[in-house]
Amino acid sequence: MSSQLDIKAYLDADEQKDLLRLLTAGSVDDGKSTLIGRLLFDSKKLYDDQLTALERDSKRVGNAGDSIDYALLLDGLKAEREEGITIDVAYRYFSTNKRKFIIADTPGHEQYTRNMITGGSTANLAIILIDARKGVITQTRRHTFLVSLLGIKHIVLAVNKMDLVNFDKKVFDAIVNDYLMLTDHLGIEDVTCFPLSARDGDNVVEKSERTPWYNGPALLDFLETVPIHADRNYKDFRYPVQYVLRPDLNFRGFCGKVASGIVKVGDEVMALPSMKKSKVKSIVTYEGELKEAFPPQSVTITLEDEIDISRGEMIVHPDNLPHIGRHFTTMLVWMDEEPMDTSKQFFLKHNTNTTRATIAAIRHRIDVNTLARKEGEAFQLNEIGQVDILTAKTLFFDAYTENRQTGAFILIDPITNNTSAVGMILKPLDESALENDLVPVLDLNKLGIAKEHHEAIETAVKELARQGLEIKIIK
Amino acid sequence: MNNYHLSHLQELEAESIHIIREVAAEFENPVMLYSIGKDSSVMVRLAEKAFAPGKVPFPLMHIDSKWKFKEMIQFRDEYAKKYGWNLIVESNMEAFNAGVGPFTHGSKVHTDLMKTKALLDALNKHKFDAAFGGARRDEEKSRAKERIFSFRDQFQQWDPKNQRPELWDIYNARIHKGESIRVFPLSNWTELDIWQYIRLEKIPIVPLYYAKERPCVEIDGNLIMADDDRLPEKYRPLIKPRMVRFRTLGCWPLTGAVESNATTIEEIVEEMMTTTKSERTTRVIDFDQEASMEQKKREGYF
Repeated sequence: MSSQLDIKAYLDADEQKDLLRLLTAGSVDDGKSTLIGRLLFDSKKLYDDQLTALERDSKRVGNAGDSIDYALLLDGLKAEREEGITIDVAYRYFSTNKRKFIIADTPGHEQYTRNMITGGSTANLAIILIDARKGVITQTRRHTFLVSLLGIKHIVLAVNKMDLVNFDKKVFDAIVNDYLMLTDHLGIEDVTCFPLSARDGDNVVEKSERTPWYNGPALLDFLETVPIHADRNYKDFRYPVQYVLRPDLNFRGFCGKVASGIVKVGDEVMALPSMKKSKVKSIVTYEGELKEAFPPQSVTITLEDEIDISRGEMIVHPDNLPHIGRHFTTMLVWMDEEPMDTSKQFFLKHNTNTTRATIAAIRHRIDVNTLARKEGEAFQLNEIGQVDILTAKTLFFDAYTENRQTGAFILIDPITNNTSAVGMILKPLDESALENDLVPVLDLNKLGIAKEHHEAIETAVKELARQGLEIKIIK
Repeated sequence: MNNYHLSHLQELEAESIHIIREVAAEFENPVMLYSIGKDSSVMVRLAEKAFAPGKVPFPLMHIDSKWKFKEMIQFRDEYAKKYGWNLIVESNMEAFNAGVGPFTHGSKVHTDLMKTKALLDALNKHKFDAAFGGARRDEEKSRAKERIFSFRDQFQQWDPKNQRPELWDIYNARIHKGESIRVFPLSNWTELDIWQYIRLEKIPIVPLYYAKERPCVEIDGNLIMADDDRLPEKYRPLIKPRMVRFRTLGCWPLTGAVESNATTIEEIVEEMMTTTKSERTTRVIDFDQEASMEQKKREGYF
């Protein structure tokens, strides 16, 4: 009976925990998988049968001699196991008494920048691993640059293999100094550094006696308590309409996820691009109505007035508008084996909005190893740089640094349907000088189409726009 | 600090609802695959939440291997009726009529024909372009690497080395005719999250999850419940009543029971936290070849 109560208390406490998504980056032999394995193992989330399989596998293919090779826990796919490296993103889950964690484990190899970008896009925090014997190397710079590009707010520098440098404070301090120069340069504010031995467990879950000179917490303590709650944007209300719900004639609800900001019942709101105004009548969920909604809640909003709003359009506060336009400059990461082709028209997906888009200009590429700018040629796989984008439909966006939700987009190849590139919007560009107008025009009068057909044509054109094909109508 | 704060479960719920709505908006003909298990039960409730107060705009499909527990089938039909779901049930009748089953053909042939082939045939028959599945990344190592929107070629195959990059909450739903996407809205949920959610939301689940005295026989180290009279003759004298429950549900000859006294969700969770076996160990099919789940997934199994 008493254990019944305990488990109920445990579940009640568990219910209140929040979620930290973290990215780990490091090279094959920095001990990244070992560190994750230890976080999982020491937080007692490894089940016995997984351990048995692990012992069996360690003897067969392990790289840790006689001891357990924690890295094998994470290398899920058969082909990769034989190569001895993780080649894609693997997600791992563990929880402690204070928090739940999702780890995106990504490889460090240069050719797999794409996977690190994939794993890091939703992360609150990134752990960058360094081998204490090697210090800050090219790869560290690359990973840190990518983390700053993705707008991950908190960085943990894990100086690993301290056991191999006799837990020497001087070695640690020198690496930290080097690293902080790099993060200063990139404008990353929140960096916390830890001297670790993942293999032996020093400062991972418990503070080590072998680093008496280190005054900070153990890594797990830090991960459990670092505040992430304030990282979201609560000030600019952005509500990309995802789905229109019309169960009967009396209910028209706009389903969506609050991208940022807060909306309350009674708020005056504006629909984009129509600029029509109304008031929030209700915020509906399965459980009942809410007084307000905030990110990242998925809700359904109804309005006082009958305004026609479709998927891909956006509801905002009229006194706080996003950028509205079709031309903007971005940081683009090329994710496709097929090199960039600037003559192609891509599909661009931004929130719930899909449109045709072209690469209007390549400004420069960035050498991710030196962070130096290179000439703007067509990007190859894993290349990053500044690129201007022109879209067919009008988008409603913010700079990625202001708003991770409304500043991000993907480019889809129209032939292969691959996700060819991902982008982070820097700022809007002038549209007055645009020569390359992508939008075809239908001049209804010129075509001799009678007035009574206009409404039908508008409906058809609206449907095409929903499918990503914008056409302008002149009446 | 402000009070605009979601717990991990609320955050996962919001993420899943967003995924489900995205599929409804982007695909012509989606379907939700329903295994009748606890994860499916959560997924189905999330779909109901996503479109409330409206109706869910896609059907539910169960691939019946013809060897499911009787209680599962009963639960399935009652649930679909109560919540107004359009339920599709499909089976590989050709193989069934030819007498394919786990006792006569072994777990591999049975699973290939009655589950994988039945699923692929059903997806082709109905021309579904997106299929939701209730798989979680924490269940198994190859699932840990799969995308939420997981691309399948025209042969329904998964290529783990050629997955589309998936960033933020922007999902690439573009496919050519004949190709499809498997969608996993519960990707980021753990087993404990599922139980916690069932507990908080009072979601109905099949009673087989709760301990009860059931007729069982030990076959190759697994406690198999004698669910119908197709249990081979040689095992029948060995049947004994045992106090057991199931941690996962599948075909009754391939799903091992665990001895348990847990009759409430709290007791199940307590048992789960103190137990030393992870949940898929009671599934016979995972162990019949090395890296077997990955192999099955490549072939089109979830």
